[in-house]
Amino acid sequence: MITVSNVNKSFANLKVLNDISINFEAGKTNLIIGQSGSGKTVLLKSIVGLHEVDSGSIFYNDRNFTSMNLKGKKEIRKEIGMVFQGGALFDSMSVEENVLFPLDMFSDMNEKEKKDRANFCLNRVNIQNSNHLFPAEISGGMQKRVAIARAIALNPKYLFCDEPNSGLDPVTAILIDNLILEITKEYNMTTIINTHDMNSVMEIGEKIIFISKGNKAWEGSKNEIFDTDNQDLNDFVFASELYKKIKKIS
Amino acid sequence: MNLFENVGKFSRFLVLVFSKPEKGKTLFSQIIREIDKLGINSIGIVVIISLFMGAVITLQTAYNMLNPLLPDYLVGYTTRESMLLEFSSTIVGLILAGKVGSNIASEIGSMRVTEQIDALEIMGINSANHLVLPKIIAAIFINPFLYVLSVFVGITGGLLAGYLTGTVNLTDYIDGVQYAFIPYYITYSLIKTAVFAFIITAIPSFYGYYVKGGALEVGRASTKAVVNSSILILLANVILTQILLK
Repeated sequence: MITVSNVNKSFANLKVLNDISINFEAGKTNLIIGQSGSGKTVLLKSIVGLHEVDSGSIFYNDRNFTSMNLKGKKEIRKEIGMVFQGGALFDSMSVEENVLFPLDMFSDMNEKEKKDRANFCLNRVNIQNSNHLFPAEISGGMQKRVAIARAIALNPKYLFCDEPNSGLDPVTAILIDNLILEITKEYNMTTIINTHDMNSVMEIGEKIIFISKGNKAWEGSKNEIFDTDNQDLNDFVFASELYKKIKKIS
Repeated sequence: MNLFENVGKFSRFLVLVFSKPEKGKTLFSQIIREIDKLGINSIGIVVIISLFMGAVITLQTAYNMLNPLLPDYLVGYTTRESMLLEFSSTIVGLILAGKVGSNIASEIGSMRVTEQIDALEIMGINSANHLVLPKIIAAIFINPFLYVLSVFVGITGGLLAGYLTGTVNLTDYIDGVQYAFIPYYITYSLIKTAVFAFIITAIPSFYGYYVKGGALEVGRASTKAVVNSSILILLANVILTQILLK
């Protein structure tokens, strides 16, 4: 479980996060949704420590991440897997080397065990016969799947995904969503997904947090979204004609 | 103010770079890869430039020494001293600042804007140390070899130019190359080469590492890196010459 408590964050005079408090539950897909510029990515990067928060606390189970020294944070980061918006695969490494990288750095496995683990992770995300290709030689969907394989290589307790579906076609996007959901259940991870893709929300949104102008504006499940009277959330979720019709039917 | 800010930021960056590496075995394999990328891949340009510069120095010296009172061996002597003292360390350093420096700044800058550096940090890896330390060690190790190669090729270039154009007698040229040789000059130039190697790798890495934005900013950082490392090489050249040849 990850607990965010009264977190504030500003850049110069611009307040980006305003007194945010959230509990992200283990074994569930926790989705952070909101418009572009609402503060979702800053919140996600603050939780993993890529941004220092101005005030407030972030707990990984009972461990206060914000008050930890660099060594403590490094230890927690070894329990984190992250899938970045663009995949963030290492260009100079092949698909297999990308997945092997965290194993090389942090595991005590021998070469064969590492290779087996890398192949297991690649198979888990349905990547076969592409081990020696480089990121530039594979599609965007494959890059995201390799990024997921790299993120789960060390059996993380926490999985973060920053807009994992951006730039993907709807079919591939659903595949990625379901893959994240399956992996979350399989390893009982605390998964936090940053998205503004409504299909993802409806597909895998077990817990949804709506961020609007740096504030936590709503929290609930995908089923509760249809009954909400939060105007900002309604405007955001049911912006398209398709979702307006779905709401009417429901 | 900006200068002081940058000096402070660069100092903090160096503290990160020179901290204990995550895994010694990984560092070693990275150093070998960087030696290939930064050093072995630069052999071609070093050889071509040194060959032609040695040739030009020889021809210019020969054509400017028409006075019969000046001995012919001075052409070989001048070529050797020019290559040994200045060209093979400083000019090759400046050329590598362009070639290697822009490469490093754009490589690390691209990694920053595509979140690859964030990915390293998330894994609990000191990204500055992981990416930059192997480059610095590799360059400090391999650049002295490039220096020696440059001196050898430059002197050979002078010999070939003198011989093929008939401006220099071979025996006189070889006598000149051996005349009044001071071994300390090699030590002096090797020290300069090692310092320049540090500048060529650390400054572009710094500019690449802190780049913000997209492709345009990566390009700007790359240009800044080359300009500033070239200026620093020239400045270090003056300071080291004053200290080491006093």
